[in-house]
Amino acid sequence: MTNPNGIVTQGQFSFLPALTDAQITAQIKYALGKGWALSVEYTDDPHPRNTYWEMFGAPMFDLKDPAGILMEINNCRKTFPHHYIRVMAFSSVRGVESPTMSYIVNRPKHEPGFGLVRQETDGRNIRYTIHAYATDKPEGERY
Amino acid sequence: MSSNETMQEGKERYKAGVLPYKKMGYWQPDYQVKDTDLLAMFRITPQPGSDPEEVAAAVAGESSTATWTVVWTDRLTACELYRAKAYRVDPVPNTGEGTKTEAQYFAYIAYELDLFEGGSIANLTASIIGNVFGMKAVKALRLEDMRIPVAYLKTFQGPATGVIVERERLDKFGRPLLGATTKPKLGLSGRNYGRVVYEGLKGGLDFMKDDENINSQAFMHWRDRFLYCMDAVNKASAATGEVKGHYLNVTAGTMEEMYRRAEFAKELGSVIIMIDLVIGYTAIQSMALWARQNDMILHLHRAGNSTYSRQKNHGMNFRVICKWMRMAGVDHIHAGTVVGKLEGDPAMIKGFYDTLLDDHTPQNLAHGLFFEQDWASLNKCMPVASGGIHAGQMHQLLTYLGDDVVLQFGGGTIGHPQGIQAGAVANRVALEAMVLARNEGRDIWNEGPQILQDAAKWCGPLRAAIDTWKDISFNYESTDTADFVPTATTSF
Repeated sequence: MTNPNGIVTQGQFSFLPALTDAQITAQIKYALGKGWALSVEYTDDPHPRNTYWEMFGAPMFDLKDPAGILMEINNCRKTFPHHYIRVMAFSSVRGVESPTMSYIVNRPKHEPGFGLVRQETDGRNIRYTIHAYATDKPEGERY
Repeated sequence: MSSNETMQEGKERYKAGVLPYKKMGYWQPDYQVKDTDLLAMFRITPQPGSDPEEVAAAVAGESSTATWTVVWTDRLTACELYRAKAYRVDPVPNTGEGTKTEAQYFAYIAYELDLFEGGSIANLTASIIGNVFGMKAVKALRLEDMRIPVAYLKTFQGPATGVIVERERLDKFGRPLLGATTKPKLGLSGRNYGRVVYEGLKGGLDFMKDDENINSQAFMHWRDRFLYCMDAVNKASAATGEVKGHYLNVTAGTMEEMYRRAEFAKELGSVIIMIDLVIGYTAIQSMALWARQNDMILHLHRAGNSTYSRQKNHGMNFRVICKWMRMAGVDHIHAGTVVGKLEGDPAMIKGFYDTLLDDHTPQNLAHGLFFEQDWASLNKCMPVASGGIHAGQMHQLLTYLGDDVVLQFGGGTIGHPQGIQAGAVANRVALEAMVLARNEGRDIWNEGPQILQDAAKWCGPLRAAIDTWKDISFNYESTDTADFVPTATTSF
């Protein structure tokens, strides 16, 4: 990828150096302190509008131990070392009821990025399709 | 109706001629406010020698049923119900004798719900601010705050998208959004304009933005701008893997033309369009309905508001505009930066932000919120901080403004010595480093400068930004400040 970081920059902290386990733990504590449930999700389709990454288990509504949650993150990293993995936090408070945090904690070593397909239509109009190069291969064989 | 010694009754009340407003029933100090009443609070500067209660009654009268003289036709109606009631007048702290400011009063007025047409800001405002600001009896008048009853709120659509759904659509959570206004705001061709958009978005911003006066001028007609900007947006999205947007300003001379431009923005796949406050309340409500119907985020630039919101003695407070715009249905509104180049006292701006974002806003006199307000599940409206802000202020911005805000660094991105992409990188790195540190429990207000210096050790663009703008601040005294300090006790 040719953006300044050379990586997919989704999530809260993609412009910072990869977070250490200690830094991840601090973010988990912040979320737990707010009463949010944490969840681990992974994918090998990083399209910006691919909303539903695979869940590495349901959100951990009842797990309040940061070390336990970090263990789940590391289990996911071991199982899917070449996938994108993100940690998400969910608030169930009325008026929010939506994700409140999302940050990437694992990514493929090489990120080929996306092509932009321009379909020329009426006049000067263009219809745009963003295409992840990796998704030319089947799921699980992409990175 | 409660008995009232100040009001005359029956035949005496309706004798032809002129009667003081107090005696016509517009002053009722023992009035019991109903949950369904719409409440307004005005700052009144009476003409010298006038009775403040009479002036408050005049404001109540002229913003509801009264005319200058008694009319018998009142008796054909349930006029006691329709009369607005001034029910409380307080002297404003630090005004009047012994101060530098002439005497001012806070006048509280209650309006019956049936006075207003549902779902119409135009109708609401025609009553509340329609006539009274030019009355000779008041030397100056300012609408400070309103309490909108839940029953009335429920007749409004509210923000087309709202903060929660906007974040879901953009896939951006847990941090302020970043934007920039394309500069120079006038003169760029469509092709050159799109270049700025592309560089800013690829560098790391979430949004780029048209300025309020970019519509369709000789140097760049609107279709050209839309086409080039959307190429820039999509190219930047592919370059980063993120959802990106550019606020395409569809402001035009007619509704027909605005709809035409909005449809084209949709056809090109834009996630967001923009309008200016100067198009008027009805046009704003129409565009909000269109935006809801077409999955579009609706950005509002508050162009023109300072003509009536800035001076403390006359006009209306911006918090009232915030309330009306949340009801009218915009998703974004410029609401101040605290630290930037535009007017803004920190406590007042906190009040604006709470008004836009809270489910329920408690009364908070120190923040200028005179009424408790239940927002009745109306969507939240994202405040936008724009004007003279830069990466070096990130700890102050995050502390003052929180996560639900769009931070717009126009000059602070495009004016970066290493280029626009570097400017965007500096802002994004500063933001992410500050959010990370805050979440870790660090005291960013005090440690902020050090957090930025540490990030600048590995981020050259941030280093350059800090060096360029380290001494830039806009320390002018605000004109719109709180009348109550946090320690003040009141009779509420």
